[in-house]
Amino acid sequence: MSKLVFSQVDFSYGEQRILQDFHLTIRQGEFVSIIGPSGVGKSTLFQLASGLLEPTGGTISLDGDAVKPRLGRVGYMPQKDLLMPWRTVAENAALPLEIQGVPKKAALARVREELPRFGLAAYADATIDKLSGGMRQRVSLLRAILTGADLLLLDEPFSALDGITRMEMQEWLLDLWQKLGKTVILITHDLDEAALLADRVLVLQRMPIQQPVEIPVPFPHPRSAALRYEPSFTVIREQMWKLLKEREQGTAVLYGVSDQQPAGWKAGGTA
Amino acid sequence: MSAIPHPESRSKALWFTASIIAFFLIWELVCRLFAVPPFILPPPSAAFLAMWTERELLFGKHLWVTTSEVILGLTASIICGVAVALAMSVSRPIERLFYPYVVISQTIPYMALSPIFIYWFGYSLTGKIAITILFIFFPIVVNTFDGLRAADSEMINLLRTMGATRRQIFLKAQIPAALPSFFSGLKVAATYSVSGAIIGEWLGASAGLGYFARRASGYFRADTMFATILLLVFMGVALFMLTSWLERRFTYQRSTKP
Ligand SMILES: Nc1ncnc2c1ncn2[C@@H]1O[C@H](COP(=O)(O)OP(=O)(O)O)[C@@H](O)[C@H]1O
Ligand SMILES: [Mg+2]
Repeated sequence: MSKLVFSQVDFSYGEQRILQDFHLTIRQGEFVSIIGPSGVGKSTLFQLASGLLEPTGGTISLDGDAVKPRLGRVGYMPQKDLLMPWRTVAENAALPLEIQGVPKKAALARVREELPRFGLAAYADATIDKLSGGMRQRVSLLRAILTGADLLLLDEPFSALDGITRMEMQEWLLDLWQKLGKTVILITHDLDEAALLADRVLVLQRMPIQQPVEIPVPFPHPRSAALRYEPSFTVIREQMWKLLKEREQGTAVLYGVSDQQPAGWKAGGTA
Repeated sequence: MSAIPHPESRSKALWFTASIIAFFLIWELVCRLFAVPPFILPPPSAAFLAMWTERELLFGKHLWVTTSEVILGLTASIICGVAVALAMSVSRPIERLFYPYVVISQTIPYMALSPIFIYWFGYSLTGKIAITILFIFFPIVVNTFDGLRAADSEMINLLRTMGATRRQIFLKAQIPAALPSFFSGLKVAATYSVSGAIIGEWLGASAGLGYFARRASGYFRADTMFATILLLVFMGVALFMLTSWLERRFTYQRSTKP
C-alpha cells in the first residue's frame, strides 16, 4: 500500500520554483533516503509532506487520501532538534502526547517506558543543556515517534554529530526501524548514510526538482555498518556521487558561458 | 530546587552585606573626619536615629501609603501591560495602532503635567497610581511583547505538525518563551515603580514617603530626609529581590551544577 504519494506536484516560494511536476511514491514500511545539495529543496519537500505547506499544483496524498489535512498525522523530526529548554527530557518527549490530549501523568509514564530503548533512561528528569548532541537527537526522534504517526520524516538527523557517534546512531536507527515497522524518509547529505540505511535512495540534482533519480539499495536486512566496505556498496556510492557530480558539471558549464560574456553584459543583459 | 542556598549565592550575599557595611562606615567616617554640617550631609547614624524617632509617622503612615501606591501601580501595570502586549502579538493592526503610543508615553514630561494631574485626580491615591503606571507601563509592554514574538517560528511549525491548536501553541510555546523577557521587564518596572510613586507624591500629596521626604527637606531636617530615602531604597531593593525570586521560581534556569 502507498503511504505517501506526490503526484504532479508544483511548488514555489514566490518566483523561486522548488518542485515542478514532481512525482514520488513511498510504500508502507519502506525506508527511503533523500540526498541532494543544500538549498535544493529537501526540507521544503518535508514541509509539504507534513502539511506545513500546500503545493501550488498537483496533489499530495497520505494514506491514500489527498483531501484530509496532513497536519497531526506525520512524525516530523526537524533539522534543528528544537527541544524546549524549559522542559526536561521526559517533558520534551511527552509534547506530542500532550497535544493529543493525553493527561500529563499518563504521557510521562508512556515516555518513561520508551526512554531505555533510546538510551535515555537515566536522563528522564535532566534539563536539555545537560545532553550531548547524540542524546538531543534521540530525544527529538523519540518525540517524533511518540506522535504515533506511521510515517516518520527525519531531516538530517545526524548531520551535527561527530563521525563515531553518527555511525552508532545509524546502526541504532536501523535496528529501531526494524522493530517499529514504521515508514521512514530520511534526508541526508552523507552518501554512506543514505545507502546504508535505505531500501532506495532518491537523488535530487538541481532546482527546480523534477523527477528524482532513484537508486535501489538491494541489500537484505538486518544490515551492519560494516556493509559500507563491501565492493557492491562502493558501486552504489559511486553511482550517487556521479549523479551529484553531473549536476555540478552542469552548473560549471553555465558559469563558463557567462564568464565569456563581454564586460557589462550582466548590467545590460538582465534588465 | 533545593532549600539549601547555593554556595555561590551565599558568597554573593556575604559580599553584598560586607559592601553595605563598608559603605555606611565610610560615610560615617567622612562626616566625622571632615566635620560635614549635618544639614548638608548627616552621618548614617543620624539618619537611622531619625528613622527611629520618626518611626510612628514613617512606618505607621507614610511607608504604608507609598507601598500601596507602588503595589497597586505595579499590579495595574502588569495587568494592562500584559493585556496590551498579548493584543499586539495576536493582531498586527493592534500592534501598529498601539506601539507608537506606548513609545510616546515614555516621552511625556511628567513634571510638566503636575497641574493637570492634580486637577484630574486631586490628592487621591488614583493620581499616584496613574503616574506609576505611566512610568512602568513601557518596560512591561515592550518586554512582554518582544518575548511573545521571540517564540521560534520553527518550534511553532513543529507543534503544528503535531496537530496543535492555536491555543496549545500559545500555552506550550509562546508563553514559556516569553517569560524570561517578561521578568526582565518586571525587574526594571519594580524598581522604577518606587520612583513613579514618589514623583506622583511630589506632584501633589498629603501623605507618603515622597511627600514626607520633601517636607523634611523643607524644614532642613536632612537626617529625617535621609532616613526616608534609605527606606525608599530598601523598598526598591525588596521589590527587586521579590521579582528575582519570582523569576527563578517561574522560569527555567540553566543549571550551573556539573
Ligand atoms: N520560507 C521560505 N521562503 C522563501 N524561500 C525559502 C523558504 N524556505 C526555503 N527557501 C528557499 O528554498 C530553497 C530550498 O530550501 P530548503 O528546502 O530548506 O533546502 P534544503 O533543505 O535542501 O537545504 C532554498 O533556496 C531556500 O533559500
Ligand atoms: Mg534542509
